[in-house]
Formats: sequence, C-alpha cells, structure tokens
Amino acid sequence: MSTIAQKKGFGGTLWDFLTTVDHKKIAILYLIAGGFFFVVGGLEAVFIRIQLAVPNNDFVSAGAFNQIITMHGTTMIFLAAMPLLFAFMNAVMPLQIGARDVAFPFVNALGFWLFFFGGIFLNLSWFLGGAPDAGWTSYASLAIHSKGHGVDFYVLGLQIAGLGTLIGGINFLVTIINMRAPGMTYMRMPLFTWSTFVASAMILFAFPPLTVGLTLMMFDRLFGANFFEVAMGGNTVIWEHLFWIFGHPEVYILILPAFGIFSEIFAIFSRKRLFGYSSMVFATVLIGFLGFMVWAHHMFTTGLGPVANAIFAVATMAIGVPTGIKIFNWLFTMWGGSVKFTTPMYYAFGFIPSFVCGGVTGIMVATAAADYQYHDTYFVVAHFHYVIVGGVVLAILAATHLWWPKMFGTMLNETLGKITFWFFFIGFHLTFFIQHFLGLWGMPRRVFTYLPGQGFDASNMVSSIGAAFMSIGVLVLLYNIIMTQVKNVKVGNDPWGDGRTLEWAIPSPPPFYNFKQLPLVRGLDALWLEKMAGKKGMTPAEPLGDIHMPNASFIPFMISFGLFIAAFGAMYHKDYSWGLPVIILGLLVTFGSMFLRSIKDDHGFHIHKEDLVDDTEKGAKA
Amino acid sequence: MTNQQLNSGNPSVDIEYRRRKNAEEMRYQVVSFSLMIFLTLIAFASVAMKGFTSWFTVPFILLLAVVQVVFQLFYFMHMSHKGHEAPQLFLFSGVLVAMLTVLTFVTIIWW
Repeated sequence: MSTIAQKKGFGGTLWDFLTTVDHKKIAILYLIAGGFFFVVGGLEAVFIRIQLAVPNNDFVSAGAFNQIITMHGTTMIFLAAMPLLFAFMNAVMPLQIGARDVAFPFVNALGFWLFFFGGIFLNLSWFLGGAPDAGWTSYASLAIHSKGHGVDFYVLGLQIAGLGTLIGGINFLVTIINMRAPGMTYMRMPLFTWSTFVASAMILFAFPPLTVGLTLMMFDRLFGANFFEVAMGGNTVIWEHLFWIFGHPEVYILILPAFGIFSEIFAIFSRKRLFGYSSMVFATVLIGFLGFMVWAHHMFTTGLGPVANAIFAVATMAIGVPTGIKIFNWLFTMWGGSVKFTTPMYYAFGFIPSFVCGGVTGIMVATAAADYQYHDTYFVVAHFHYVIVGGVVLAILAATHLWWPKMFGTMLNETLGKITFWFFFIGFHLTFFIQHFLGLWGMPRRVFTYLPGQGFDASNMVSSIGAAFMSIGVLVLLYNIIMTQVKNVKVGNDPWGDGRTLEWAIPSPPPFYNFKQLPLVRGLDALWLEKMAGKKGMTPAEPLGDIHMPNASFIPFMISFGLFIAAFGAMYHKDYSWGLPVIILGLLVTFGSMFLRSIKDDHGFHIHKEDLVDDTEKGAKA
Repeated sequence: MTNQQLNSGNPSVDIEYRRRKNAEEMRYQVVSFSLMIFLTLIAFASVAMKGFTSWFTVPFILLLAVVQVVFQLFYFMHMSHKGHEAPQLFLFSGVLVAMLTVLTFVTIIWW
C-alpha cells in the first residue's frame, strides 16, 4: 500500500471513517459524535433555563421537563464529556508515549461504535414515545414505576455505550503499560498520559458495578424480575449503591483527564517544567484510589446511620488534600514562568478559581450533618456544575484549542477563541453562582416550575441569562471551527512554538504511522530537552525499518449494530410478537461478526522501508 | 519469564542455569501443591467433624480458599516472578474495590 495520500470522494471518505482503526481518525469520530451530543445536551439545558426563567411558566409540561433534565444529565456525562475526553486521549496519548497506535486498534474502533450506537439508541427515545424521566441517576424507586419505554431506552442504551467505554479504557491501559517508546519510563510520562492511565484504571473498576445495576434493572423492567421491588422482597437502595459505586468514580474519570489537560497547558504556556511533577503523579493516583471509597456521600439522607455517614464524610474530605496539592503545583508552575496568554491558557486561568469554588462547596456538602440542609436543593446543582463545567468543560474547550492543530493541521482563530472564552466563562458564573443562593433560600432541584413571590424570580432570570451567554460562546466556537476549516491554513509540527512533549515532534496532523522511527526519550518533556540541547527533533531509537500496520475493518460497526438491533427487540418483546425474533436477529449479527473476526486471519500489512524513505519531505521525522 | 527463551537457539543462554531454576521452580510447585491438597483435606474435615458450628466452618473454609487462591496465583501462575508488578497492582486494586463493596453491603444494607 502506498503512503502517498490520494484524493477521495465523499463516499470514499465516509467508508474510510466507517472502517478505520487508526487512533487519530477514531479520535475525530469521538470528537464529532461527542460534540454533537454536547450540542444536544446544551439545547436541553437551554430548554430547562427557558422553562425556569419566569415563575409559573408553561414552556414545557411537567412530564416533558422530567424527560429533559434526565436526558440533559445522561447526555452530558455519558455521551458528551466522556467521548470528548476519549477523543483527546485517542488523539494525543499514543503520540505522547511515542507509540504508532493503541494496543488494540480493532477494539478501539469497536469501543467507538458501541458508544455511538448506545447514544443514538438513547436519543431515539425522543421520537419513540418519550425519553427516560427518572433523573440521570434513575433511582429504582422511580425508574421501575416509570410508564412507557423511557427508562428502557436508558437501561439498554447505557448498557451498550458503557461496554464501549469499558473496552476503550482497557485498551488505553494496555497501550500505556506496553507501548511506551524506548526511554519513556512511567515517571517520564506526560501528565495527560498519567491521568489517562489512572482514569482508564478507574473505568476498569467502576463500570462493572454500573453494568450489574443496569442488568438488574433490565430484568426488573423487561423480564419480570424483582431485584428492586420492595413489595416482592427486593431492595431499592441496592440500585443507589451500585449506581454510586460507579457514579462517584465516574466524576473522577471525567476530572482527572481534565487535570491532565491543564497540567500540559500550564507547563507549555509558562514555558517551564511542571512544578512538583512526582507529587502531581502521586496526587492523581491517590485521587483514583480515594474515588472508590466515598460513593455513599451521595446517599447521606438515605438513612445509612451516623457511623457510615461519618466514615464516608471523612473519606470525602480527604480527597481535598491531593486536589489541593494539584492546585498549588499549577500556581507554582506559573510562578516565575514566562507566561503566554493564549486561548488555552485563558481557560486554564479561569479553571483554577472556578474549580476551587466547586471544591469548597464540595467540602460543604460532604459534611454529613449539613448535607441534610443542602440535599436536593439548587445548592447541589450549583456545586456539581461548578466542578463539571468549571473543571471538565473548560478543560475540553481548552484542549480543543490546544490540540486542534495536532488533530486537523489548522490553527483555530485566537481572537475568536478568546471571545468564546469570555462569553462562556462569564455565562457560566452568571448561570451557576446564583444557584448556590437559590438552593440556600430553599429552591428544590428537579421541579418544573415555582410560584411567584417566593424570592426566586429575579435570581432564576439571572441564571437563564447566563445560559444564553454560554450558548453564544459555543456558537462562536462553532463559527471559529467552520471558518478555520474553510480557510484551511496548514501549520507545522509545533504551532504553539513551546511544545514540550512528543506529539509536537511530528507533523500536524501526523502521518498514519505516527513515528517513522520510534523516538528515544531522555527525560520528562522529551521534546523540550532536545530543544534545549539545540537539536531540531528527537533522536531516533531504532533504524529505519518496515512498519507493521493493522487493516481497516467494517466488523466493529457490525458488532455494535447487532446490539443496537437486539436492544429494540428486548424493549418491545412484551408488546409485540416480533420482539423475540429481533433479539435473536440482532445477537446473530453481533456474534456472527465476532465469529467472522475470529476465523478470518487478518495479519495487517507492512509499510516498506523504501516507501518511508521517499516520504522524507512530508516530515515524519521521529 | 526465566524459562521463556529455552528454545530460542541463542548460544549465550545458560542452559545449566535454566535447568537449576526450573528444578527450583518445580520444587516450589510440588510443595505448594501438596499444601493445597492438605488444605482441602482440612476443609473437608472441618465439615465432616461434629462439634463445629456453621459460624466457624463457613469463615474458616473461606479463609482456606483465600490461601489457595494466593498459592495458585503466586506459584502456578508465576506471579512471584519479575515483570508481574502491573498485573499484581491491578489484581489487588480490584480485590480492594470489590471487598469494600461487599463490606458495605453486608454492614449497612443487609444487616
């Protein structure tokens, strides 16, 4: 196969993306799909804020409101934030460790398509009789009595999407353990790679409880079991535990990569080694462990008893320590650095105070006795939006600007980027800061309207105006993306000029084999070291040789599509006689595709040395 | 890991050293195998013997099972060898998370 790029038509490009196993293209797929769901979830947020802008509003009905809040939470966590982070992990992590791809390229594609079909399945509920309406936590006492098929969409859709996330996480783990370039020891890995590693390990341990919970729920709702039905001897609290044993690590799965992104940004644009690298690694791992010991703080008012509440409260507050270490390290990285104010750096600056606000309210709600007061009010809504929007979403936006040149070879407009930042940042604080007070004044969460004259009117209006600001920010970003891709001005290896890690040593976007020769890593911030030594690029660690590459495959798409079909069968098998055959048909497609994969030997192909030598002027220096 | 490259054809492989290593390995395996049989006999005996309540035998058998799993992992699946640090870390983390869950369930949900 030639390495010379050929011009392809639309159909060819589409087929290329449907069958790709290249981590950089899968990253783009994750970015597009995650971005789409981010816009969908954002629209749902806008509908919520329109409904709550004035008292006694009837923009949407109470039932529709429940569906919108449920889908807003579910979409934003499972279908927007995680895939967008996966996009950057896929795009950057293999480059940062000097690998030619992830460990299992085929499985990587499978993970994406499972997530994609799970997300589509979940969102089809809007058109097929109503979305899930039991909240994103889908507590069993609400969910098993929910009418219609909404919660079934939630259970089956998340099961499929969750499978994709789980195998994606395992893939990243194996990649980081086995495929680091020569010299890339664990303690020389960039912080984004470290946080990918810890987040993937958390995915490995956190998603099985969710799978178990969803399976039990599926049997309860679709096959007549009674795991959560108290009247039949079940226990509804078990769902809450299973959900939060997954759910709390989940929020660290989101925030750790965000920390990793900001650690990269602070080092790059302060033009200084990250302060306290080893303590950052230690803090990341510690947060990973502690994340599994605190889930019951979501359930303080469930009646666990004072001993359990106290244990989980203290464990929760302990997480403030490693997080504090991180905050100080970021500040000290900037201290004495030569700080350059680029768009990603704006986000990093905005992140620190915003996230600290969320952390402070986190300690407040972690205080079990006080939590009885905050529980189920807008105070909690304000808290988790401060950590998730102020932490994760700011990181995703920052990473979009930072790594856009590496993913697409073009630079997003800096002025528009800063306009996006100001609209989004001001809008975010306008929306959520006031919600702390709404909560303390007694406004409960998850209510579809409120009466006038309770002191909630003006504050809710302020909050809704903030949401409009955030929407404008996102629209400016979309405009920026379109204009940048239309102009299509290509940039070089290191467009920011201060790149420190391996991804900036190769062309933007990298050739499909990434590194012509694997680089020799001589320390932390490998590229920066070479730059400081006066060299132009990395020293190769191996002679030029044939490169083994995997073949593209349509099978991941078919495996996922089969589960998508089977999910419809499972959902409707009680209503229609075609349900059971459709389950069987879907599973046949899935297992048939897996069988085909197993019996068909696919050894991939080699890029020959001669082709690589010709490629020199296209860059791709190791 | 030590006995992986026996058939590599590499002349610098010290066959004598490998053989000694393998013999040592074999001795460990035989010892742990006989220990495991012995533990199994004890487990059967604790059930067969009269005079023990189930409050003693059930935790006791579980304890013996844990010991057997450790033998299995370290002597038969070579976890005592070098290069198994990452699998060990993940195994033990997984066990920790699972035990925490079980502990919570038995203390605050069911009893």
